[in-house]
Amino acid sequence: MKWGRLLAFLAMVVVVLGLTISTGPKIWKSIPLGLDLKGGVDLLYAVDTPKGHPLDSTGKAALVRAIEMRVNSLGVSSPIIQLEGHNQLGQDQIRVEVAGVKNQQEAVNVIGATAQLAIYGSAKIDPKTGKVVPVGPPLATGADLKSNAHWVVDQQTGQNAVAIEFKNASLWTSITKRYLQKPIYVFLNGQLLTNPVVEQVMYTGQSEISGGNLTTPQACIDLANELNAGALPYPLTLESETSVGPTLGATSLHRTLIAGVIAVVLIFAFMIAAYRMAGLIADIALVAYGYLTLLTFAGLHVVLTLSGLAALILGVGIAVDANIITYERIKDEVRNGRSLRSAVRVGNRNAFRTIVDSNATTFIAGLIMYIFGGEGDVRGFAVALMVGIIVSLLTAVLFARAMLMTFTAAQAVKNPWWYGAPRGVVKSREAKV
Amino acid sequence: MKPRFDILRVSRWCLLLSGAITVAGVIVFALFGFNLSTDFKSGSEVQFELNQRVPEARVREMFASIGLPLGDTSLTVGGIQQNVVMVTLPEQLTAKQISEIQAAEHRFFPDAKQDIQVNSVDPFVAEQTARKAVYAVLAAAACIVVYIAIRFEFRFAISGIIALLHDAFIVLAAFALLRREVDLTFVAALLTIVGYSINDTIVIFDRIRENLKIDKPETVDDLRAVVNKSLWQVMNRSIRTVLTVLIAAVILYFFGGISIRNFTFALIIGLVSGAYSSIFIASPIWVAWRSRSMKKASRGDKAAPIPE
Repeated sequence: MKWGRLLAFLAMVVVVLGLTISTGPKIWKSIPLGLDLKGGVDLLYAVDTPKGHPLDSTGKAALVRAIEMRVNSLGVSSPIIQLEGHNQLGQDQIRVEVAGVKNQQEAVNVIGATAQLAIYGSAKIDPKTGKVVPVGPPLATGADLKSNAHWVVDQQTGQNAVAIEFKNASLWTSITKRYLQKPIYVFLNGQLLTNPVVEQVMYTGQSEISGGNLTTPQACIDLANELNAGALPYPLTLESETSVGPTLGATSLHRTLIAGVIAVVLIFAFMIAAYRMAGLIADIALVAYGYLTLLTFAGLHVVLTLSGLAALILGVGIAVDANIITYERIKDEVRNGRSLRSAVRVGNRNAFRTIVDSNATTFIAGLIMYIFGGEGDVRGFAVALMVGIIVSLLTAVLFARAMLMTFTAAQAVKNPWWYGAPRGVVKSREAKV
Repeated sequence: MKPRFDILRVSRWCLLLSGAITVAGVIVFALFGFNLSTDFKSGSEVQFELNQRVPEARVREMFASIGLPLGDTSLTVGGIQQNVVMVTLPEQLTAKQISEIQAAEHRFFPDAKQDIQVNSVDPFVAEQTARKAVYAVLAAAACIVVYIAIRFEFRFAISGIIALLHDAFIVLAAFALLRREVDLTFVAALLTIVGYSINDTIVIFDRIRENLKIDKPETVDDLRAVVNKSLWQVMNRSIRTVLTVLIAAVILYFFGGISIRNFTFALIIGLVSGAYSSIFIASPIWVAWRSRSMKKASRGDKAAPIPE
């Protein structure tokens, strides 16, 4: 027995178990959970850009900022907003994921609603519908406004109103000059809001709008918020929505976790039953695998979804396979009559190439899945799979090998039975090297 | 491990069996198509949880009461206590209908968790998703062929891919025959199966390649003996690995969340098929192909060495 080596081996075990037990729970808590695990809404919108004018980078930035502001107004924060390519009409798509929303419908309404404010010089009554419709191009739109709209009470009339300010004061000046003593028509989302008569030329760019539904402070605050957020002229059309109730998500997570724990415990037991001491070493390497994978997830801010979780638990299978391949090779070498130490060394070497080749192909599958998968779920799964493969190469191959070599070098046990070889096979020499 | 019986001799029957399952699957999906979930066609999916075993008739009554009668296949019950309801509706639900469902749930099951999950997808989005999924499978297969052709040889690559497509087909056939719903997680499962299947095949091919260098077979019979020996040498590993992964998949199927049911079901079938096809499909195909070129070579020049 070489006590130094045995001590080194025990130190590795203690480090792995110690790190996992002491920091594992904290790391687990820092991993962002997907909507399917914690509840929330996932909305996919088509961006209605004018024909022939795809979304440019400033348009994108404005859109993302506007959506963020709207989500913040719901009382929840840090939404995930991503541009998703194009739909079949060639429109840009934008995906908004908001966790922790209690009222799905409110979220859909607030995020999707665009306060399309437009001021026209003339309007007429549509004979078919009886509604007032604008005539000609708008004089100004919400895009011309500064995003500092707010609720005010008009000092002369005592009415609730929304104070607005034009980005370019001279635009408002020229409009009020042209339409002095004439009515202008303010439309909100295609509905006539108010048609005040311009009574004086405004030089400061500041104005107020009132009328229509703007009777309560709340209505004014809502419009002001929408105007501030909606200083972009692209309406959004909802294409798909997914919502997960917070308790349903938690139940799914809870169940999948319990299933994962049961599966892992059974796999651990199986490995010990099949390979004894070597199986125990594989199990410790698996703990390291779990720990490092979670650490990677936390570090890369990978959002953990239900299918990602499944990929992680199945990744345990990939890691176990690496150990099984190695141990079966070691058994072969023991059968070939090698000493335990050289069997462990040669077995590891022979197994390594097989493991690399087989994991490389699975990794390719994961990578292709990531590139072509598109949709969030498939992508999350692919990332989990790729992380799992790389970490399993590090732990199930390199780390487990280091532990196994050190333990073997310690010569604490001499019977290959401890490495999973059946009794009596030693030196039977049924195959030649 | 000693060869216990000649695997290559039984492989003929295996090919027939796999062929039969695949043909049956093809007939079913040619006639009835797949049972596509809302991920792949337009419509909505509603999921909620009750605090009791789901009374199916009552749930149907609940949906009928708000003018959404359910067809025969659109209600799925899951969960450990059979307390989770999953309903698929062919139309896209409006905001008003969703709140009506919520209200109806409140009326019919006052004690339930008042929490519904709704998925609805526009047909455009669904088609886009389906197309991406098909590309992903084809691209993955192509890249894997290239990798194996470089690391091994072309014949191994093609035999491996046939086994891989066989596994994908068996899983597709099983879903078509059992009328299980094909959703987005199914695509993820299919891709994992692709990965596992090829992983398993590579381990076996790797051993065959190694033994070829040691034994240098010169006749077809020698070649068959080498492959048989290789298969038996890796048998222990094949069985044990599939067993461990199966343990995980089966437990996830029974105890995991209902939304990964289809995923794990596909995995269970795919894993079994993947382990089986590597031994009984991929290797025999490679042997048949390789023996044919051995015969050709020996006809041409008896002394010529077998190309690696």
